[in-house]
Amino acid sequence: MKTLRQSALMVLLVVIAVTTLLPLVWMVMASFMPSGDASSVPPPFFPRTVTLEQYIGLFTRLHLGRSLFNSVLLSVAVTLISLVVNSMAGYAFAKYRFRGRAPLFKLLIASMVIPAQVTMLPLFLLLNKMGLINTYFGVIIPGMASIFGIFLIRQFAMTIPDSLLEAARMDGASDLRIYWSVILPLCKPILVTLAIFTFMGTWNDFLWPLIVMTDDAMYTLPVALANLAGEHVQDTELMMAGSVMTVLPVLVVFAAVQKYYLAGIMAGSVKE
Amino acid sequence: MRAVRRNPVAYLAVLCVCLLPACSGGPAQDTEIQFWAFGSEGENVKALLPAFERQHPGVRVKLQVIPWTAAHEKLLTAYAGESTPDVCQLGNTWIPEFVTLKAIEPLEPWLRRAGLDSTSYFSGIWRTNFIEDVQYGLPWYVDTRVLFYRKDMCARAGFPTGPRTWAEWDTLCRRIVTAKGGHERYAVLLPTTEWAPPVIFGMQKGSLMLRDRNTYGDFSGAAFHAAFRFYIDFFKRGYAPAALTDVMNIYQSFGEGYFAMYITGPWNIGEFSRRLPPALQDVWMTAPLPGPDPGRPGVSLAGGSSLVLFSRSPRKELAWELIRYLSAPEQQIMFYRITGDLPARVEAWQDSALATNIYARAFFEQLKHVAPTPTIPQWEQIAMKVQDFAELAARNKMTVEESLSALDRDVDRILEKRRWMLNVR
Amino acid sequence: MFGSSRARALLIFLGPALLAISVFFFLPVLAALVMSFTDFDIYSLGDIRYARFVGFRNYLQLFNDPLFWKALGNTLYFLVVGGPLSVAVSLGAALLLHSRLVRFKPMFRFIYFMPVVTTLVAIAVVWRYVYHPRFGLLNAAMGALGFSPIDWLGDPDWAMPALIIMAVWKNFGYNMIIFIAGLQNIPASLYEAASIDGAGPVQQFFKITLPMLAPTTLFISIITMIGYFQFFAEPYVMTLGGPMNSTLSIVLLMYQQGFRWWNMGYSAALAFVLFAMILVVSVIQTRVQKQKGDLL
Repeated sequence: MKTLRQSALMVLLVVIAVTTLLPLVWMVMASFMPSGDASSVPPPFFPRTVTLEQYIGLFTRLHLGRSLFNSVLLSVAVTLISLVVNSMAGYAFAKYRFRGRAPLFKLLIASMVIPAQVTMLPLFLLLNKMGLINTYFGVIIPGMASIFGIFLIRQFAMTIPDSLLEAARMDGASDLRIYWSVILPLCKPILVTLAIFTFMGTWNDFLWPLIVMTDDAMYTLPVALANLAGEHVQDTELMMAGSVMTVLPVLVVFAAVQKYYLAGIMAGSVKE
Repeated sequence: MRAVRRNPVAYLAVLCVCLLPACSGGPAQDTEIQFWAFGSEGENVKALLPAFERQHPGVRVKLQVIPWTAAHEKLLTAYAGESTPDVCQLGNTWIPEFVTLKAIEPLEPWLRRAGLDSTSYFSGIWRTNFIEDVQYGLPWYVDTRVLFYRKDMCARAGFPTGPRTWAEWDTLCRRIVTAKGGHERYAVLLPTTEWAPPVIFGMQKGSLMLRDRNTYGDFSGAAFHAAFRFYIDFFKRGYAPAALTDVMNIYQSFGEGYFAMYITGPWNIGEFSRRLPPALQDVWMTAPLPGPDPGRPGVSLAGGSSLVLFSRSPRKELAWELIRYLSAPEQQIMFYRITGDLPARVEAWQDSALATNIYARAFFEQLKHVAPTPTIPQWEQIAMKVQDFAELAARNKMTVEESLSALDRDVDRILEKRRWMLNVR
Repeated sequence: MFGSSRARALLIFLGPALLAISVFFFLPVLAALVMSFTDFDIYSLGDIRYARFVGFRNYLQLFNDPLFWKALGNTLYFLVVGGPLSVAVSLGAALLLHSRLVRFKPMFRFIYFMPVVTTLVAIAVVWRYVYHPRFGLLNAAMGALGFSPIDWLGDPDWAMPALIIMAVWKNFGYNMIIFIAGLQNIPASLYEAASIDGAGPVQQFFKITLPMLAPTTLFISIITMIGYFQFFAEPYVMTLGGPMNSTLSIVLLMYQQGFRWWNMGYSAALAFVLFAMILVVSVIQTRVQKQKGDLL
C-alpha cells in the first residue's frame, strides 16, 4: 500500500517535472537546429543535425555579445550600488534614533504600494533633462535605492543587539567603522539574499531598459531579444538560441545560490 | 588597497570611478554618422555603406536596424529623449508628424546646391515630402501596393493575369475557395494587422477619410462605407483568413498554395525570389490593383520611405552627404538589386535589371495611379485605429456600421488637439 | 542624545537613499499626478504652450474609452482565472513535495522553481513557438491525443487562456516555496492527534492543513494579485495586445498611450487608476491581516 502510494506520487512528480522542463529543453534543442528545421510537421524535438550556426549568427551578425556585456555590467553595478545605499539606510533606520524616524519610515513603507509604472513618464523626462537617456546611468540611478531593500535590511539589523554596537563604540570605533566592520558582516545572509534578488530583478527587467535605451549598442539582453523577435519572426532556431543566451546566466546564478534565494522567499517576507 | 578596504566611502568612490568610463559609452575616433533604417531595408543598406566610408576617410556610418513594428514608437521616444540620429529613413506618411515636431530639417538649401528637384523623381511620391510648401525629405525608394498572385491557381479559376475589377476579383476568389481540394485554402491574404488594404479600398472609392481640413473623421461617409463593406466581405465569404498566426511564414504558406493572392509591396519581389523554392519561381506574378469601376485602374498608396535629416544633428553636412550618396542613381540601382525596393530616382528605372524585371512592370503601372494618405501628424494613430476596427469587423465582432461610427468617434477624439492647435495658430 | 559626529554619520547613511528616493520616485509620482490633469503630449514636449490643464477630462475620457474597459476586463480575467489557478497549482506541488514518501526532493524543487528565475521575455519568445498552430509542440502533442489544433495566439478566445497557462507555468514555483514553508510550520502533533481520532488523509487535509495554511494562502493571493495587475511583457512580446485587443492589459495600454503615442496626460491618468486598484487590494490585505494576526 505504502509503496503503491509512493510510486503514484513519484509518477505525478515526474509528470509535473517533465511538463515544467519541456519548453526549456525544447528551446535548447531547437537552438541547435539548422535554420528552417524547426518549422516542419510534425515539429521535431531533437535536432537532426546539431549545428552552432545560430549562436555564431547571434554573435557575429547580430552582435548579441554587446547586449550580454550590457546586461552583466548593469546587473552587477545596480546590485553593488544598491546594496551599499540600502544597507546604510536600513541600518540607520534600525539603530539610529532621530526626530521623525517613525513617520518617515511609515511613509516609505506606505509608498511601496505605488506601482513603479506611475513614475515612468516623468522619470523619463527627468532623466532626459539630466542627459541620462541612452546611458548606463539611466538604468542604474533609478535602481540605486529601493524601499523594499531598506525595509529588509532594517528588519534584519534590528535583531542585532545594541550591546554589540555599544562595545564597538567604547573601543573608539567611528560610525562608519561600525557599519563596515560590525553591521555588514552580521547582515551577510540578508545582504546575499538581497543581492540575488536585485541581480535577477535587474537582469530580467524589460520595461524600463526598453524605454531608456534608444541605441541598439545599449540594449540589454531582454530588450535585444524582443527587438530580434519582432524582426526575425520566421527564424525560430535563431530566436531559441537568443533565448538560451538570455536565460542561461540567471539559471546558472540560481543554481549556485539556490539556498539563499529560497531562504529569502521562505522567510515569507520577500516580494518579487 | 588597504585604505579602500577600511573605508567604505573610499570604496564607493573607487567603485564610481571604475564605473564611470564604462558609462560614458566610449569615445569614437572617427566621425560617426548615426543612421537608422528599418526592417529589411536596414538589413540590406549595410552593403552600400563601406563604399561611402571609403569615399569619406575618417567617417564611419553607425547603422541601427529597427524592426518596422517598433520603428514609429522608437523614433518618437528618440525625439522625446533627444537622441535622434543624424539621418533616418522615414515612412512618407510619417513626415508630417516630424515636421510638426520641428524634428526634421527643410532640405531646400541642400537640394539647390546639389541640383536636385522634382524632375528627377516620381511626382506623386515627391509630393508626399512636401509639407506646407517646404521639402523635408528626399524619396529613397518608392512603395506602393500591388497584387501578388499565383498564376497557376488564378489560371485554373479563369483569370490567368489576375483580376482587373472588384467584380472579377470576387468571382476569382469564389472559384478558388470552392474549387475541388480547396479545403483549408484561402483566396487572398489580407492580414488584419495591416491598415493598408481597407484604406486603399477607401481611396479607390474616392474617400478622403477625413473632412473639414482634416479635423474630423469621415469613415462613415458613403464612399468609405462601400469600400469597407467590400473589404469585410473577403472575410465573411471565407476568401481571406481572419486569424494571422496560421500563416506565420507568409512565403511558406504562399508556396504551399494556402492562399493565392496577397496585396503587398515591392520589397516582396526580392523576398519571394529568395524564399520561394526554385520550382515555384515561375508560378507567381504581380498585377496592378483591381479597381471598383471597369475601365479605370484602382489607385494605391503613395508609399515608400524618404531620407531625412534631423534638426538636432550636429553634423548635417556629412549627414547630407550620406543622403546624397544613397540617392545617386548608381546606389539606387544597387539597392534595388539587393532588396527589390523600387528606386525613387526615375533615371534608375532605365537600368537593365529593372527594365527587364517582369515583376516590376505592375509597379510601374501602379505608380501612375497613387494617392497619399492625409498629410497630418495624427495619421499613424488614425491608421492604427482603422486597423483595430477593421479587425473587429473582419472577425465579425462588430457590424460594418458599428465599427465605422466607433472609428469616427475615436478619430474625432484624436483630432481634438489638432482642432485646438489650428485655432491657436 | 547624539553628538555632531553621529549626525554627520546619519546624513551619510540616510542621505543617498533618501535623496535618490525623493528625486527619482516621489518627485515623478507627484509630476505624474499633475500630468494626469493635463493634455501633455508629444507637441507639449517641443513647446509647452501646447499643453493645457484639462481638469478631470482624462479620467472621464478613460471611463468612456471602450479600450480601457477592454484592458481592465482582460486584466481582471487574467487575475481572476490565472490567480486562483496558479495558487492551486502551487499548493498541489507543495503538498506533493511535502509528503514524507517523496525522494529526490531538492531536485524536484529545483526543477519546479526553474521557470521562476527565467527571463520573461525569453520565455515569451519560446512559448510563442510552443503555441504555433502548425509547428508548435502543444498542438502536436494535442494532435497525438486526438484533439483538433487550436490557434492559440491567433484566436481571440484562446489568446488569454494561452497567456494564463504560460503565466501559471512560469510562476507556480515561487508560491510553492512559500507554501512549503507554511506546511513545515504546521505542528506534526496536530496530525498525530487527528490520526488517533481516526481522521483519514482527506479529512486531515480539510480539517488541519487548509485552515492552518489560511494566512499563507491569503498572503500568496495578495502578492499574486498585485503582480498580475501589472502584467505587460507577455502580451508585449507574444501578441502586442491582439488579436482584437483580447490580450491588451492595463499596463500595455498605458505603455502604448504613453510611449507609443506620447499621450502622456492620458497615460498618467491610467497609471493612477492602476494605482487606485492596487491600493484597494492592499488595504483589504492589511484589514484582513489585522483581524487574523501577524503574517509577515
